[in-house]
Amino acid sequence: MSLTDAGAPERAAGNAPSDPGRQRRGLTERLLAVRELSLLIALGLLVLVTTVRNDRFLSGQSVKDLLLGCAILVILAVGQTLVIITRNVDLSVGSILGLVAFATGSLFLSAPGTPWPVALVVGVALGALCGAVNGGLIAVARVPALVITLGTLYAFRGIDYYWASGSQINAADMPPSFLRLGNQTVLGVPVLFLVALVVVAVVGFYLRSYRSGRELYAIGSEPAAARLSGIPVGRRVFAVFVASGAFAGLAGVLYAARFGTLDAAAGTGLELQVVAAAVVGGVAIFGGSGSAYGAALGAVLLTTIGSSLAVLRIDPFWQQAVVGALILAAIGLDRVLALRVAARLRGRSAHGA
Amino acid sequence: MTADAPGTDGAPLLVLDGVTKSFGAVAALRGVHLALHSGEAHALVGENGAGKSTLVKILAGAHAPDAGAMTLDGQPLRLRGPADARAAGIAVIYQEPTLFPDLSVAENIFMGRQPLRGLRRIDTTAMNRDAERLFQRLGVRIDPTRPARGLSIADQQLVEIAKAISFDARVLVMDEPTAALSGVEVERLFAVARSLCEHGAAVLFISHRFNEVFDLCHRVTVLRDGAWVSSDRATDLTVDEVVRRMVGRDVASLYPKQDAELRDTLLEVRGLTRAGVFTDVSFSVRGGEIVALAGLVGAGRSEVARAVFGVDRYDAGEVLVAGRAVPAGNPGRAIAAGMALVPEDRRQQGLVMELSVERNATLARRRALSRLGLLLGAAERAEARHWTRRLQVKTSRLGAPVATLSGGNQQKVVLAKWLATEPRVLIIDEPTRGIDVGTKSEVHRLLSELAGEGLAILMISSELPEVLGMADRVLVMHEGRLVRELPRDEADETSIMFAATGQGATA
Repeated sequence: MSLTDAGAPERAAGNAPSDPGRQRRGLTERLLAVRELSLLIALGLLVLVTTVRNDRFLSGQSVKDLLLGCAILVILAVGQTLVIITRNVDLSVGSILGLVAFATGSLFLSAPGTPWPVALVVGVALGALCGAVNGGLIAVARVPALVITLGTLYAFRGIDYYWASGSQINAADMPPSFLRLGNQTVLGVPVLFLVALVVVAVVGFYLRSYRSGRELYAIGSEPAAARLSGIPVGRRVFAVFVASGAFAGLAGVLYAARFGTLDAAAGTGLELQVVAAAVVGGVAIFGGSGSAYGAALGAVLLTTIGSSLAVLRIDPFWQQAVVGALILAAIGLDRVLALRVAARLRGRSAHGA
Repeated sequence: MTADAPGTDGAPLLVLDGVTKSFGAVAALRGVHLALHSGEAHALVGENGAGKSTLVKILAGAHAPDAGAMTLDGQPLRLRGPADARAAGIAVIYQEPTLFPDLSVAENIFMGRQPLRGLRRIDTTAMNRDAERLFQRLGVRIDPTRPARGLSIADQQLVEIAKAISFDARVLVMDEPTAALSGVEVERLFAVARSLCEHGAAVLFISHRFNEVFDLCHRVTVLRDGAWVSSDRATDLTVDEVVRRMVGRDVASLYPKQDAELRDTLLEVRGLTRAGVFTDVSFSVRGGEIVALAGLVGAGRSEVARAVFGVDRYDAGEVLVAGRAVPAGNPGRAIAAGMALVPEDRRQQGLVMELSVERNATLARRRALSRLGLLLGAAERAEARHWTRRLQVKTSRLGAPVATLSGGNQQKVVLAKWLATEPRVLIIDEPTRGIDVGTKSEVHRLLSELAGEGLAILMISSELPEVLGMADRVLVMHEGRLVRELPRDEADETSIMFAATGQGATA
């Protein structure tokens, strides 16, 4: 029993393929995989049932519309995941999206020659600034994020209304190159959706593989313990709100490119859909667990339900009820999984340990 | 550097000089002096509220001292946060485990220090392997990939220990690490601590178990009421002397169980079985009797208690109170039948920390204290006053949140809560865990008195002296089975440990 093997983790023996850690995935990870798989199955079933009733549901145009429709929600849901994992919530994303969308339109209106990448950067920066306001207020006031972002939900929207003062920006005011961004496809896949995919991949990878990403889970899982382990909780939470704001800003720019016609009401009420997508996607509302992939799948599922109900000619009034049922089903599933895991772990520790 | 005679003459590794810390008007530490030498295990003892935990928090960087200086290796040490303490090589095992329930065990150990591979990504494989090695070193089997949620308190404590030894700590602070551990696990922990000492680290060990203090430590520092009392070589001290310094008075007897007249059987358990947890457990407790349930951590003692009380279901068997069957899986009916359970984990299962002393004390009596569904404030207060006075709960006022009380006084509030239901059968799990010596004997006196009044008491305890001192009969569990029943005069440390470790189980 020597001391030296405790401190420095050896890397010499390295990644021998016979290593047992490599072959079986950890229990914690497997749980996530099961959760995401169940979403995929639900999505598959939904598409299957809808296609059986109406085979045009899987036609090229329809799929394209679907992907286009879910891209913005996916980006927002991924941003929200970062926040919820730390046991916070950002209700202001819909307002940030609206504000940034209108700002993007105004930018093109006042400086018609602006290249679209500049508009993109400006939009993301404005979103990040709004997020910094959220993060700063939470850090200074030490009030739950729910209350702060409920306040900024109205504040940002108010600024938006004041700025727009009833006016509307039309597609004709924006450069065609920018508008193409919203509709163009690469190999049949809308650019917007590709952007969303990149966001999902980057955030998903970050959350899984980087120390600061894991620290976000730690903060949400047990904030007091996070402080005691030397995690800079305040800084991380601030950063998470800036990131959520930046993603809402990105979504705002893409919203402007996609719809062209903008007024101050763009994105009103979107925040609850975003939270719903994350929860359906298995992001625990009390923090500490969930993944960007799950949240993205949740967003896709919610969007798909919307269009498949239309295809199935079900009264749109039912849509909200279905979304509600889905959220309850998702929470129920999480509970069942948790209980089963607890039972298994109990069986295990009975053998000693 | 020799481990058996650490040089207290050389320059100390870590020095606290005149450290003072107040919380509001309460002075938690007043000019405390402490010198830790490299290679020594140093015990810090004192009653609850003596300032030990505050000292730990200061060493951990979680609190900043109001006055006083700290030096490490002769250099002034300023800790602005836990990260600084960690960087300085100070590892802390807290009394209450501080794990992240959603994350895997390995991540809990290596949070913020995960092994990396290309692109600064976390190398999960290496992390799990390193965790596995740490557990091997501690001689325990815990799957590093499982989530920390659902680990028993002992396993949580082991994860904390693995975390602390995983970085080359120069100073290892252990705040009652053994409270939830069984004898074998304690031995392993001590072996690790000794090997750390041999390699030049300093260990600060906080415990209420004196046999462990004298087993492990070279020197003993006593704190009382936030002030330094003494620091001596362990060989120059006796347990009695240490206790006298801690409480500032003589403690006549630690475990004063009086003989009580045994009455009718009040609690009878027949063939209780829960698959994978415990099997065919049968015993009875008579009025006036204290029966101890002994065994190693994980033997299934608390699980039996929870099943008897109806918190957990069981697959077979029955529970009778005063000859009448109590339905399974229903704590409400168990309470109505006259049972009370004081759980092992006060914070999680026994108390609502944010509520007042008064509210907590009467929590189990809400129905009796209300008229037309409304709680009567006056009745609640009167009842709470009666019990807190009887148990001598030290609190500034009845309206104070329970979280502000010391561990011993919290335990008294839990007791008050259950005694207020006027039970006939009291099940008490680790009655004095984390409680200081003075309060400990008070709790023991109380239990003895209650038995004298005719209560049947089933006590679960991991502290052998407590079991031997308090119990009329000792039941020993091993791996989910009741393997031995020992009357008071046959029970001693050897016979209990023999049965608890599964040797001669059928004897």
